[in-house]
Amino acid sequence: MKEQLPALIVAVPLLAALLVTALWWFDRRLCFPIAIAAVGASLAAAVTLLLRVLSEGAVDYYLGGWPPPVGIAYRIDHLNGLIAVAVSLVSFLNLAACRTVAEQEFREKTGAFYALYLLFTTGLLGILITGDAFNLYVLLEISSLTGYALLGLGPGRAFLSGLNYVFMGTVGASLYLLGIGYLYVITGSLNMADIAAILPSLLPSNLVIMAFVLCLTGLFVKMALLPLHGWLPNAYTYAPSMVSSLIAPLTTKVMIYVMIRITLSVFSFDFAFDETLLRLPILWLAILAITIGSLMALSQRRLKKMLSYIVVAEVGYMVGGFWLGNRSGMSGAVLHIINDAFMTLCVFLAAGAIAFKAEDDRLRNLTGLFRTMPATMAALVVGALSLIGIPPTCGFFSKWYLISGGIEAGQYGFVAALIFSSLVNGILFFRVFEICYFEPTSPPHAYRYRRTVPAAGTGAVTEAPADLLTVLIATAVLLIVLGLYSGEIVTRVIHLALPPGLS
Amino acid sequence: MESLATFILTKYNYWAVIILLVIGLYAMIAKKNLVKKIIGMNIFQTAIILFYVSIGTKRGATLPIIEHAYGDSAHAVHAADYINPLPHVLMLTAIVVSVATLGVALALAMKIHAQYGTLEEDEIQEKIMESEPGSTSTSG
Repeated sequence: MKEQLPALIVAVPLLAALLVTALWWFDRRLCFPIAIAAVGASLAAAVTLLLRVLSEGAVDYYLGGWPPPVGIAYRIDHLNGLIAVAVSLVSFLNLAACRTVAEQEFREKTGAFYALYLLFTTGLLGILITGDAFNLYVLLEISSLTGYALLGLGPGRAFLSGLNYVFMGTVGASLYLLGIGYLYVITGSLNMADIAAILPSLLPSNLVIMAFVLCLTGLFVKMALLPLHGWLPNAYTYAPSMVSSLIAPLTTKVMIYVMIRITLSVFSFDFAFDETLLRLPILWLAILAITIGSLMALSQRRLKKMLSYIVVAEVGYMVGGFWLGNRSGMSGAVLHIINDAFMTLCVFLAAGAIAFKAEDDRLRNLTGLFRTMPATMAALVVGALSLIGIPPTCGFFSKWYLISGGIEAGQYGFVAALIFSSLVNGILFFRVFEICYFEPTSPPHAYRYRRTVPAAGTGAVTEAPADLLTVLIATAVLLIVLGLYSGEIVTRVIHLALPPGLS
Repeated sequence: MESLATFILTKYNYWAVIILLVIGLYAMIAKKNLVKKIIGMNIFQTAIILFYVSIGTKRGATLPIIEHAYGDSAHAVHAADYINPLPHVLMLTAIVVSVATLGVALALAMKIHAQYGTLEEDEIQEKIMESEPGSTSTSG
């Protein structure tokens, strides 16, 4: 049983998704418990594996007992072990939060929602632990296709923005597949470790550089790095709230993990940073992403759209931090993957709670929310402080590593962009708080339908549903706990995940 | 000039792939009709499938099926005589993925048609602007 854990991380939610689909026709009450048990099992397996990696080193698992390069290998080391725990925990928390809202929003489609949710989680966890480049493509498409379907559950403009996401996402995944094709042509292998062993003997080669560029371009589309970010803001804004709080924290971060994995474990550090001229252009793309993402966030009038543009800026943090190419920058990027997953979860859950209760997320209609939804707003404040980067919260520590990495590498443009973006985040959130705290209460729907609402108080906004609220507060506390333990995480896990000779 | 012609002719499969990729990309970017965009997306995916299939083939080689294999030394395997089956098998998966993507995209297109009564992107954009005055977004 213990030896089979890497397979179970993926297999349990996959089979549970089929089970949930079937059970929806027989006994609907069973669907939610099964779904949460499956994600919980994945989380437990991920935690156990991380502990095993910490004590014994990387874990290899051959599916069906076929050793690579013939079979598909799963490999869990410090990098993906840590991120797998974060991803399964985010998925678990969001699922625990979503029951009341989901059943009210989706009604007849709730079973489909749970099944897609499980498949999406399966795809992401599979991407994290697989050691096979083609297998990664298949899992990428599993998570993308279920992502499109989840976004398509939404009302209003969700279908159009979902279709745009389908176009962009498919181009991204196809470019990655083409890059893997180039690698296969030159090495004859699809196993990551095997390709990494063969490649050095083939250098220098334009074909390898081309393969690298194609893979990276595909991943940049998928992670919405700035010029290729067009699909993200609308897709996340118009999605149902419980879907955007699942997809927004996870998709972009897992894609950044794939970029790190492909760069370090397939092509090598020396190849990517010394033999290609990609480092500076990508760094400048990241700087642009941070600056323009922040400015675009500043010009938004809807809470969820503002948060979506913050996600675009955060992608720039991680990509830039990684391509600084030194220990602090890379540690900051990996730490920020973890922190940003929880920060984004926190603010999107709060936005979901607001959208659910106030039925509106236009900033000017959010007046008086501190009085009507105090706990939700408290959690939003913690999430916002973390996104700005105020010390006890985790956002400060990853930003600290990123900035010191930028100074060590002499990339002051990157440092300036990070500081600028923190300031803009400060303005963004304090503007929200000002509206929510100081403006007099006038619940938006009471304002709009004043004639149909008889007295003040009835139909007013109340606190979020209990399950959502519990998880939201737990996430907010987690942001502070992560901040306190970030030194431990960096020295005991992340430093072991980076290439040893790093300055 | 002659060398250019040989360069194109000897690598014609790659040229075909690139031309198909560009056609697909063009349709996705330039066409206003959503179904035409979806067709463009499918052409794009098919081009990559074609790329994988073409790298696996070999002139004068045969199917990788070993008749009366194992124990019969007369039929020892010569890798040179066989087509590499792996890229073709991989593409079975990629075809499944592309069909699923096509299905999801068409389902979304149906939803959009039910919602706006049209599949022309500019007309949809107009209807969105009518229903949400002040919306500045241009894409999706």
